[in-house]
Order: sequence, then structure tokens, then C-alpha cells
Amino acid sequence: MVFAGRNGSGKTTLLRVAARLVRPSGGTLSFSGEAGSEGADSVRLGLVAHATMVYDELSAEENLLLFARLQRTSQPENHVKALLQEVGLTDRRASLVRTFSRGMRQRVAIARALLHEPAVLLLDEPATGLDPHGVTWLAETIRRLRDSGRTILMSLHGESEISSLGTRAIRLDAGSIAADTRTGATFRSILTFADA
Amino acid sequence: MTLLSNTGVLLGKELRTEFRSRELLTTTFVFILIVIVLFSFTFDPTSDESRRFAPGLIWLAFLFASSLMLQPCFLREQHNDTLSALRLSVSDPFAIFLAKLTANTLFLLLTELLLLPFFATMYNVPVLGVLHWLLLVFFLASLGISIAGTALSAISAQARMRELLLPLLMLPLLTPILVASTEVTKALFDRAPFVQWKGVGFLAVFDLVFLTALWLFGEYLLEE
Repeated sequence: MVFAGRNGSGKTTLLRVAARLVRPSGGTLSFSGEAGSEGADSVRLGLVAHATMVYDELSAEENLLLFARLQRTSQPENHVKALLQEVGLTDRRASLVRTFSRGMRQRVAIARALLHEPAVLLLDEPATGLDPHGVTWLAETIRRLRDSGRTILMSLHGESEISSLGTRAIRLDAGSIAADTRTGATFRSILTFADA
Repeated sequence: MTLLSNTGVLLGKELRTEFRSRELLTTTFVFILIVIVLFSFTFDPTSDESRRFAPGLIWLAFLFASSLMLQPCFLREQHNDTLSALRLSVSDPFAIFLAKLTANTLFLLLTELLLLPFFATMYNVPVLGVLHWLLLVFFLASLGISIAGTALSAISAQARMRELLLPLLMLPLLTPILVASTEVTKALFDRAPFVQWKGVGFLAVFDLVFLTALWLFGEYLLEE
């Protein structure tokens, strides 16, 4: 599902509410048809936000190991090794994140969000800072995750290689749904209108 | 069990990042050393005067230095929004507080122990005979400062005037610790040293009350 909308339309807030980082001022948050903490606790969530949500003073490997251990991932060392390979950072695994480019940091951020194999993935403008090669890699990753049965909610600005992966587009305006469609020309218009 | 395991992992992260940069330890050590040296310049105390004034002086220096040390505690987590990543990763947010306050207590204790020889030499205070009791006071007071300071650091990190807010909130709240630890230390520096159990008990109760409050309400301090 792709969220589009102008700056301040509520895309980031919606994703942070879905991640249970922000308490909603109204309405109900439901996961798999279950509202409240029971529903939320039963679903594993992964979030990629504007900020990278990783420590600059730790290496890529140390960051991922830290979060893998907190999330009680089985065999964290092997899992982290495989993820680093997947995001193309094996060679730089021991380098401190503060020495990374924005694109490389984003790769670490995506690897962190995938550590516990979340059923629901929340991506807030995930292509930010990625070069064209990085965007292609991200689109491939999202396609693979979508095809493996994960629910993906992402906020985007305008049409892109990544937005074409969406199966439903919602345009937000001042915190409300202004348009909602699944396929066809309207899908594209929602994304382009938001960018206008 | 998960709480302790998560606390251990997070404590490891706190220690690793600090010992890698040594920012907090170095700053705090130098700050307290400067205060001790400056005070020794302003008056030339006799042995009796030192026994009376030095305990208050050193605890004031520790308290001011702790407000410096605790400032980045949660500010660091805001830099890349790592606090959100931690909140998403731990089942019990108390683990975040427990790891931070344990790390802060260790950093404060380490600084206090490193500075004790300088303090004893400059102010001519005999500490060797009462070292084990001093360590108990250092531990209880540092734990209290860290518990309250870590909680207040979480509050102030979200405020606009965050650099000013922490000392403004922390110093009045920690006055009871300052008074109790000064009284206990003064009794230990006496010509006939004794343990002021009333003060020691007060420090222990303070730690227990604030730790319980943090356990019960800490989760709300981390909300956006």
C-alpha cells in the first residue's frame, strides 16, 4: 500500500501510529482484525523512517547484532552476516556507520528493519538518499518482500520505480483519506497529484 | 528474564560507545578536578576546616558534574531516532532505563574513584581507613543521582530548552541526596569516624522509591 500526499498531510504520523510509537488521538489501530495491544503484539513490525535509527558510533555489524539480540533473533551472528550480504555491505561490515554515505546508511536501516523478519513493513520514503542503482536495489528488495507475503505500507513522493510496486494507493490530505484506489490510471494520478 | 537479557545487551552498547569515545568520562573527570583545584585556591583549609567543608564541596562537585554527564544520555538517542528503534525492539521499555542508569552509575563511580586520591591529597583528608564505607556512600548516592537523572534526562531531551532544563529539574530534586551523602561523608571524615546509618538508610530508601517509580511510569517518559 502506497501513501502519497503533500508535506504535512500525515504520512509519517500515520506510519508512526501504525508502529505504535505515537498514541493515536482518535480512532482504532487494528492488526489482523484485532484492535488494541492484543492485535499489535501479535504482529511483528519493521520500520524504516526518515532517520536511519542506527548508531553512528557503532559499525554496521555491531548495530545489526545489537538489534538482533534485543529482538531475540535465533543465531544472530549468522542472520546478520546473511543480511549484510543481502544489502551489499559485507565489505564494510566493520566500518563505523558515521563513515557511511547516506545511501549506505539507508541500506543498514533497511537491514535493521528486516532483522526479525517482520510480517508488516512500514517504509517512510525509503528511497531518500539512494542513488539510481540503490533505488533499483530497493525496488527489487521490496518486490521480493511483497511476493513473500509481507504487508508493506510505504509513503512516497511522486511516481517512481518503487511506487509501481504498490497494489493500492491512498492520498492523504490534512490527516484524512482524500483518495483511495487499487489499479489503473487513478493509481498514477494519486501519486502525481500529490507531487504537484 | 527478557528484561535482564535486554538490559545486558543495552548496557554493553552503552559501555562500548562510551569507552570508544570517552567523551563523558573525560569531561566529567576534568570538570570535577577543576572544581576541586579552584576551591583549594580560594581558601587554604586547615585539617579541621577540611573535615567540615570538604564533604559538602565534593558532593556539590559530583552533583554538578552529574548534570553534565547525564545531559547526553537521551539526547544521543534522538540524533538518529535510535530511541524509536529501541522502543520497537524491546518488549519492556524499563530495560532501556535500567541499562542507562546502570551505565551512568558505573561512569559516576569510576570518576569518583579516580578523583578520590586528588581530593584526599589536596584537602588533607584521611580516606584509607574508611574507604569501604566511602564506597558504600558513593555507590548509593551515585545510584540515586543516576536513577533520578536518567528519568529527568528522558523528559528534558524532548523539550526545547533541553540544555538548561535538566540541571533546573535535577538539582532541586537531588538536594536530599546531597544533604544525606554530605552528612554521611562528614561523619566518616570525623577525627573519630563513624557510620551515620540514618543517612545511609535514607539514600537506600531514596534509590528504592525512585527506581520503583521509574519502573511503574518510565514507559510514559519515552512516548512522543
